[in-house]
Amino acid sequence: MAIEVRIPTILRTYTGDQKSVTAEGTTLSALIDDLEANHSGIKDRLIDNGDLRRFVNVYVNDEDVRFLGGLEAPLKDGDQVVVLPAVAGG
Amino acid sequence: MLRLDRATYDAIVAHAKRDHPDEACGIVAGPAGSDRAERLVEMVNAAGSPTFYEFDSTDLLKLYREMDDRDEEPVVIYHSHTATEAYPSRTDTGLASEPGAHYVLVSTREHGNNDGPVEFRSYRIVDGEVSEEEIELVDEL
Repeated sequence: MAIEVRIPTILRTYTGDQKSVTAEGTTLSALIDDLEANHSGIKDRLIDNGDLRRFVNVYVNDEDVRFLGGLEAPLKDGDQVVVLPAVAGG
Repeated sequence: MLRLDRATYDAIVAHAKRDHPDEACGIVAGPAGSDRAERLVEMVNAAGSPTFYEFDSTDLLKLYREMDDRDEEPVVIYHSHTATEAYPSRTDTGLASEPGAHYVLVSTREHGNNDGPVEFRSYRIVDGEVSEEEIELVDEL
């Protein structure tokens, strides 16, 4: 089981500057735990109070995970996950 | 310092005036590492608000994929303020996530949709620290 995770510039400090890493998990939640195990600190940048941060977008195979069940979104071998911080402000 | 060609400057101002009183937003992409603001991409403000802007999440993914394919990065990220000065708000600072980009703020508070000068300023926002920078307008990059 290998899932490619694309990492945005701002979070590459956690991945040794790699744009893309592989991780495992049958749900997004499990995948993020696996990411954390290898890239300590990254989970806190994605999750706040047990839910995805409001201004972090995560996509599975180009679909926003908010439409796929959020942290419970199912994953399978070969899926591609993209993380992008929202471009937003006031 | 931000170097910007006049046509791009004019297009950003026109976009801000057109969308007033809502905030307008977009980027200027350029070759990765070049710091050249070459390709203007107007974005839809999914918030459709006079006090907030956010790129639509689907559009955002499409934009970043496109830049990736073209080996580009966001050189400028711009948005307008429609009732306040062209200075990053606390929200702007908190959500800024491209430390390599020039954050351009345009204020349309004075003339709204009409002709007339706007405030047009540029900043770096890194780790919540805002520093203003000069803008050099040129005929061609």
